[in-house]
Amino acid sequence: MTSLEAVWRIESARIVGALTRYTGGDLELAEDVAQEAVAEALVSWPRDGEPANPVGWLLKTARRRAIDSFRRRAARDEKYALLASEDTDGGDGHLWDPDRIDDDVLALMFVACHPVLSPEARVALTLRTVGGLSTEEIARAFLVPVATIQARVTRAKKTIAAARVPFEVPPQADRKERLGGVLSVLYVIFTEGSTATAGDSLLRTDLAYEAVRLARTLAALLPGEPEVFGLIALCELTAARFPARTAPDGSAILLEDQDRRRWDRSAIRRGLAALAQATAAGRGLGPYGLQAAIAAGHATAASVAETDWERIVLLYEALGRVAPSPVVELNRAVAVAMASGPAPALLLVDELVAQDRLPGSHLLPSVRGELLSRLGRTAEARAELELAARLCGNARERDVLVRKAAALS
Amino acid sequence: MAKYMLIMRNSDESLAKMMDASFDDMLETVGRFNEELIKAGVLVAAEGLDDAAQGVVVDHTGGTPVVTDGPYGETKELFGGFYILDVASKEEAVEWAKRIPAFPGSRTEIRRVPGIDEFPQDNEWIKKERVWREQTGQL
Repeated sequence: MTSLEAVWRIESARIVGALTRYTGGDLELAEDVAQEAVAEALVSWPRDGEPANPVGWLLKTARRRAIDSFRRRAARDEKYALLASEDTDGGDGHLWDPDRIDDDVLALMFVACHPVLSPEARVALTLRTVGGLSTEEIARAFLVPVATIQARVTRAKKTIAAARVPFEVPPQADRKERLGGVLSVLYVIFTEGSTATAGDSLLRTDLAYEAVRLARTLAALLPGEPEVFGLIALCELTAARFPARTAPDGSAILLEDQDRRRWDRSAIRRGLAALAQATAAGRGLGPYGLQAAIAAGHATAASVAETDWERIVLLYEALGRVAPSPVVELNRAVAVAMASGPAPALLLVDELVAQDRLPGSHLLPSVRGELLSRLGRTAEARAELELAARLCGNARERDVLVRKAAALS
Repeated sequence: MAKYMLIMRNSDESLAKMMDASFDDMLETVGRFNEELIKAGVLVAAEGLDDAAQGVVVDHTGGTPVVTDGPYGETKELFGGFYILDVASKEEAVEWAKRIPAFPGSRTEIRRVPGIDEFPQDNEWIKKERVWREQTGQL
């Protein structure tokens, strides 16, 4: 990493945020002139030495490019004529406003995660404009061609412009819903980064860390929002298991088989602290907070046997109420099996089967097979596990299911 | 990601300037910088040390340790405080170090803090250290 890259990593959100406000909410122009300033720095910093104030230098250069652009566009668009005539102070005083910079960064996050964009576009635009990642870095992390990410980002910026999305922190009435949108983008980035099965695992963990970094920024800028802390807690507590989740041969190790001594205790401590913040708000936990509380239940238990499964069941029930999903129901059934035995759990699973809530998923027959096997209904268990193996897309998991089914013969 | 320690060292010049500065101003300046680190999501830990004149030095030069009161050596060798940051690279740590609101004459050293995972995991002492870190929630 060069010092320019380091400056960019630290400052890109604020630079692009300030420039977007400066250009009257034109994210595309702001990003373009910011990139032009970086390109200019790549040439001039090594030649003339790094400026004493690198951020000021980048802003001044970008602003000059922006003014050129205002003038070119002034003839056909009054808005730019006005912007060009307004900027007469000769400095960048009103461009870098310390009292507004936090709101600029927040506005940038909300715009990048705007509901007019497709989920993939939100992720790419957030990593690019808020996280300051290059197109190449994003493409590498998502295992797609650079051109795909490039097109996605360009299209996203055009969509924002066409929909006339205002550059602002959403008003209070929309805040909750829009914040939910931002959190889900950060969580998608985290989940993508925590998938150990694809790509270069080191790179993927960096992507997961990126989501945590952005969530921490969000928490510092919007301190009164318990779900932001809920998300941080969920990410930290999940990331705490990273060191223990893969075997030396790269295969995944299930929660019950992980060497808990390898869990990252400082991540657990940070996760529990964030969860305490979310709880302290006293408004009840949201979906991220509840998932974090479940993760905390595992993180603080010495073993599977010593886990407070009754509490995990209650947390899954609460999660099912605020964020209903068949996967949550299935997880609740697994927790019920741990807390009260396989019979009541099987009732829950059979209900999911009867309602066809998880069609085509290998998870449902695989859990059902386990429960039947524990109840001694061997023939049915074997049939379920074989069905699960046929539906499973992952070769390694399929092998495990096939072996389990064979062991029941 | 990696952890880096930013070690701050004063000189007679920077200490003199610090004494002249208003304490409230200093708290505000340092507080603002710390807030930047928090907003960037990189701050892990930070501490400042008490006056070196109140310290004690144990010298291991001879066979028996010799205890003396007060600072050791020259001011510029004295460690005044530190930050631990969780950042993407050494360059990012350097970039943050440049921004420390330091008094002229002071210097900051940047050192990587290796994680326990970098040591041989089958060594019994590393195993014991891991247990201690687990129990106390250390980094």
